[in-house]
Amino acid sequence: MSSKGKDLVTGHDAEHEYEAGLAVVAPDAIKDPGLEPHRVRMTDKSEKHAKNAERQVTAMFLASIVGSAFALWAYFAFPLSPTDLGTVRSNTLFLGLGITLGLFGIGVGAVHWAKTLMPDAEVSEARHQTRGSEETRARAIEIIDLANQESGFSRRKLIRRTLYGALAFFPLPGIIIFGDLGPNPADSLKHTMWRKGTRLTRDPYGTPIKATDVTLGSVFHVIPEGLNESDHKLEEKAKAAVLLVRVEPEILKESDERKGWSYDGIVAYSKICTHVGCPVALYEQHTHHLLCPCHQSTFDLTNACAVVFGPASRPLPQLPITVDAEGYLVAQSDFTEPVGPSFWER
Amino acid sequence: MSTATATKKKGGFLAGTANYLDERVGVAGILKEFGRKVFPDHWSFMLGEVALYSFLVLLLSGTFLTFWFQPSMVPVIYDGVYGPLKGADMSVAYSSTLDISFEVRGGLLMRQVHHWSALLFVAASGLHMLRIFFTGAFRKPREINWVVGFVLFVLGMAGGFTGYSLPDDLLSGNGLRIIDGMIKGIPFIGAYTSSLLFGGEFPGEAIVGRLYSLHIMLIPALILVFVAVHLFMVVIHKHTHYSGPGRRDDNVVGYPLMPVYVAKAGGFFFIVFGVIMLVAATFTINPVWSYGGYDPSPVSAGTQPDWYIGWLDGALRLAPTHLEFMVGNNTLSMNILLPMVVGIAFLVVVALYPFIEAWVTGDKREHHVLDRPRNAPTRTAIGAAGVTFYAVLWAGASTDLIATQFKMSLNHVLTTIQILLIVGPILAYIITKRTCLSLQRKDREIVLHGRESGRIIRMPHGEYIEVHEPLDEYEMYKLVDFKAYQPMLARPNDKGVITLRSRIRAKLSGFFFEERVEPVTATELEAAHDHKEIH
Repeated sequence: MSSKGKDLVTGHDAEHEYEAGLAVVAPDAIKDPGLEPHRVRMTDKSEKHAKNAERQVTAMFLASIVGSAFALWAYFAFPLSPTDLGTVRSNTLFLGLGITLGLFGIGVGAVHWAKTLMPDAEVSEARHQTRGSEETRARAIEIIDLANQESGFSRRKLIRRTLYGALAFFPLPGIIIFGDLGPNPADSLKHTMWRKGTRLTRDPYGTPIKATDVTLGSVFHVIPEGLNESDHKLEEKAKAAVLLVRVEPEILKESDERKGWSYDGIVAYSKICTHVGCPVALYEQHTHHLLCPCHQSTFDLTNACAVVFGPASRPLPQLPITVDAEGYLVAQSDFTEPVGPSFWER
Repeated sequence: MSTATATKKKGGFLAGTANYLDERVGVAGILKEFGRKVFPDHWSFMLGEVALYSFLVLLLSGTFLTFWFQPSMVPVIYDGVYGPLKGADMSVAYSSTLDISFEVRGGLLMRQVHHWSALLFVAASGLHMLRIFFTGAFRKPREINWVVGFVLFVLGMAGGFTGYSLPDDLLSGNGLRIIDGMIKGIPFIGAYTSSLLFGGEFPGEAIVGRLYSLHIMLIPALILVFVAVHLFMVVIHKHTHYSGPGRRDDNVVGYPLMPVYVAKAGGFFFIVFGVIMLVAATFTINPVWSYGGYDPSPVSAGTQPDWYIGWLDGALRLAPTHLEFMVGNNTLSMNILLPMVVGIAFLVVVALYPFIEAWVTGDKREHHVLDRPRNAPTRTAIGAAGVTFYAVLWAGASTDLIATQFKMSLNHVLTTIQILLIVGPILAYIITKRTCLSLQRKDREIVLHGRESGRIIRMPHGEYIEVHEPLDEYEMYKLVDFKAYQPMLARPNDKGVITLRSRIRAKLSGFFFEERVEPVTATELEAAHDHKEIH
C-alpha cells in the first residue's frame, strides 16, 4: 500500500511530447512537493472509535431493514378507498417514507463505513497518454494496410464506388416508409367547421346563444353547433373555437369591408392564437384586450384584434356573425383566412 | 490432469462461484485490471453520479408505470374514483394516468418518483456539465466525451418532454399545441411536418402513442448507449483530479475502486434514490387530475412547461412583436424561427466550445489536472455569460408570474428581460473576468507574502507591521499549480501571407489571454523572501 502511495509513480511516455501551444512553460516554476502526508483518523488510532463506527454502520443497516418492513406493512395498512381520496395521500406518504428509510439506511451506512473504517489514504497510480505507443500505432497501420491489400479496397475503384452508392441509397426506403405517418395537410388547415348559418353555441355544452343573452361586457366561449357530434371533435375544436364579446358598438373600429361582421356590438374572434396556437382565453374588460396566457400576446378587441403586445404578429381572425330568424347568433360564413399558428403556405 | 485437481473447489460457496465465473467469463482478469483502479474524490464529481443514478431510478419507476399506463387517445367517459372528473370526456391515456394515481397502491408514489427523478436527471446533468466546463475538464483528451455528455443532456430534455406529454392532460396538451405551432412555423415543410408528427391535424389520436414509443424505447436506449460510451471513455482517460500537491497530468490520485469507491458510490446510489423517494412521498408534482383532460379550447393562466424546457419557452416569449413577414404569397414566421435559431445556436456553441478553445490555445498536451475556475478567467467569464443568457431566457418563461407575484406591469417585465438578454451576459462576462483576475492576484499575494494574520506588532524603531504567516509547501503549491497562456500575433505563413484564419486566431488569443495573471515562480518567491529579510 505505502509503496503505491508514493507519488513517484509516473506514467509519462517520454517518447511523445505534445506542443504546448500558447502555454507558458516557466523553467523556474515552483516544484511539486508531492502528496501531502496522510492525516490519521480517530478510528485509525483508537479501537474504541472504530468499534463505535462499526456500531453506527450496523444501526443504519438495521434501520434500513426496519424501513423496508414498514413499507411492506404500509402497503397493506393504507389501502386505497374509492370513497376517500385522503387514502391516496397516506398510502403515498407512508409507503414512500418506509422505502426512503430502507434506501437511506443502506446508502448512509455504506458511505459511513467507507469514510470511517476503510483506508482513507489517497493512492497514486500512473496515467498513460491516451495515444498508443509508436509500436502499437505502427501495427495498427500495418493491419489497415493489410486489410486494404487483401480486400483491394483502394485498388478496385469500381467496387468501392458502387458500394458507396449502394450505402447512400439503401436508407432512402427506410425514410420514405414513414410517409404515411400523416397525410399532406393540403387545404384542411385553411377551413373550419363554420358555415353560413351555423349557430354559435356554448363551449362545451353546445347550447345555442341568443343575441339578447349576450349582455354588455360578457364573454362567451363558443363552439359551432354540431361540434360535439363531429367525428373529429378535438381537431375541429382546435380550429373553430371562438370568443364572443359584446361592447358598445361605437367603440368598435371597423373597416368598411367588416362593417356587417358584428351584430349590435357583438363580435366573434378566433380563440386560437396566431402565434403558436394556445387558446386566447383571457379577456380584460376595461381595456378590451384579449390575452394569450402562454406567451402573453395581446390583441385589441376594438381594433379588429390587432396585436398590441407579445410575440404574435397577425390579428386574430374575425368570424362574421349575424342573427337568424329566431334571434340566435349564427355565422355568416367560415373564417375568411386560416386560423391559428402561421404556416408557410397559408 | 493434475491441474484439474489443483483448481478443485476450495473454500466454500463464494470461492466456488468465483472459480465458476472465472473459468467461464475470466472474472479474475477483470478484477485484476479494474479492482484497484484509482478514482479521485471530490464532491463536485458526484454531480455526474447523481445524473446516472437518477437515470437508473427513471428506468425502474418507468417500467412500473408502463404496466398500467395505456398510451391511447381513444376518447372515453371517465368512470374512475376521482369524483370531480366523473363523467368527463377524456382520452384513455389520461384516464389510465388517473387510475395509476388513485387506484394502484404506490401508483401515485411511483408517478412522483418518476417525475422528480426526471427533473433531477436533467438538473444534475446540467450541473455536471457546468462543473466540467468551469474546471476545463473538456480539454484534450476529453473533447469527444464532452460532446457525448452534451448529447445526453439533449436526450434528457427530449426524454422529459416526451414523457411530460403522455398523460394527455390540459397542461401538457397545451405544451404539444405550442410544439405544433412552432413546427408549423418552419418554412416550406412546417405544415406537412406537423401532419406527419400528429398523424393529421392537431391534436389527432396518434401523438401520445408515438411519443410513448420514443419515450420508453428509443430515447432510453439511446441514453443507455451514450451513458455506456461516456463511462467507457472515463475508464480510458481515467478521471481528472483537482490541482494540488502530487496531482499531475501523468498520475491519478484517489481511492481504489474496491473497496472504498464501491462502498461510497454504491452507497451514494441508495442515497440519491432515497432523496428522490423522500421528495416523491412528501411533495406533489404534476397533479394532472386538477388540470382535466386535454381540450383545445380552455387553458389556465400561468401555464409553464417543466423547468428544463423553460428557456426555450422564454425564447418564444421574448421575440419582438411583428416579426412575421410575407415572402411573395407565403408567410415567414420569424417570431418563431428567431427563437428556434437562437436556441439551436446556443446549443451548438456549447457543443463546440472545447474545440474552439483548443484551437485558440494551440495546446496539444493532455490535461488531467483540473483548472480552478479563477485560473482560466476568460473561460470562466464566457461560462458565466452563457449561464446568464440561459437564465434570462428561463426567466423569460415566467414573465407573467413575475408580473403577478411582484405586482409589476407585464409589458415592462418583458421589455426589461429583452434588454437583459443582451446586456446581462455582457455584464456577467465583465464582472466574472474582473473577479477571477482579482482572485488570482490575491493568490499571488498570499504565495509571496503569506496569509494576513491580523496580528500587528511594533518594531523596535517604532514602525507597525502586520505579521504574515507563510504557507506550508502543500498549500502554496495549490495556488501556483496552473499554466498561463500568452496571446500571439498573427504570423505570415510559408508564402509570406497572413491568412484570415491566423488573424482570427490571433484576435481570439488576445481576447482570451491579453489580461492574465501568471503563477508565482520560484525566482519571484525567493525575491519576495529576500525582500522580507531586509525589513
